[in-house]
Amino acid sequence: MTQTNFVKLVLPFKDKVFRLAKRLLVSREEAEDATQEILMKLWNHKEKIKDYKNVEAFSMTMTKNLCLDRLKSKQAQNLKIVHSNYQDYNISLQKQIEANDSVDWVSKIMEELPDQQKIIVQLRDIEEYGYDEIAKVLEMNETAVRVALSRARKTIREKLTKKHNYGIK
Amino acid sequence: MALNNIEQLLEKYDNAETSLAEEAQIRAYFAQGDVPAHLEPYKYLFQYVSDSKQEQFTKDVPLLPKASRIRRTKLYQWISVAAVVVLMLGGYYQVTQMNQKATLSDLDQEQLMAYNQTMEVFNLVSSKLNKGSSNLGALTLVSSKLNEGAENLIHIKEFNKATNKIIKNK
Repeated sequence: MTQTNFVKLVLPFKDKVFRLAKRLLVSREEAEDATQEILMKLWNHKEKIKDYKNVEAFSMTMTKNLCLDRLKSKQAQNLKIVHSNYQDYNISLQKQIEANDSVDWVSKIMEELPDQQKIIVQLRDIEEYGYDEIAKVLEMNETAVRVALSRARKTIREKLTKKHNYGIK
Repeated sequence: MALNNIEQLLEKYDNAETSLAEEAQIRAYFAQGDVPAHLEPYKYLFQYVSDSKQEQFTKDVPLLPKASRIRRTKLYQWISVAAVVVLMLGGYYQVTQMNQKATLSDLDQEQLMAYNQTMEVFNLVSSKLNKGSSNLGALTLVSSKLNEGAENLIHIKEFNKATNKIIKNK
């Protein structure tokens, strides 16, 4: 497999891998490192890629495992990954803060979810995977995926509503 | 889209029963702007979702260097294997060379002559050596005589003892 072929193969889902990594690891740099590592692993095993039925699902599973491993080792070292994606507020500062504030709440609420629910919400709502694909990536059955997804969505809605009504009701 | 309809869809959405098409409908509804107050939280959720969809991986992945490095280390591994093989062959050749004894019949005329001459010289030297060592026999005779003399000295010692006794008595 040549480099161009590999890039063609990887291109459709490399952003998905990155977004999943970022969902789990929070920091952009960490997520970039993880994505790079995943792509390198794929490249180094490029001879075997033909044998995989679904490279994308396989890569997503790899990403999930890698990120969870990283989180585990980070926790063992008692290091917290800090949220370090500061945005540039230069243009119409006030307006942007107001608009972004409530949207930022969503990301904070997502961060509070358990890892598995995070992954499922990410794959379903943002990457628009089918339940069967999510089940394959997570090595779970579809019913369990649905239950976890429903739980996550309800948590997000409740917390958002609470934040939204804060000071009003 | 009717509000009633959207609320039903959201209910299904929360229970994770919506299909991907229905979810697309919901997203389209919230993307078009005006949303009743009680659905506001959903609006932020879906705005966040569409925001995060646009994030992209921009870092470069250095694919080739790593691969060539692997190829080079592989090459070095094989070179070391080849070196070991060469060394072992050399050692084996050396040992077999040493074990192969040349017999007299293998030598040609000139070598044979050289061999015979050396042997003659060696014989001469050894015969002279033997003559010298036979002369050494006289020396051993002398030393045996010496020992005899030393034995005789013991008698003198005995005599001394006796005289000392006599002197003491005086």
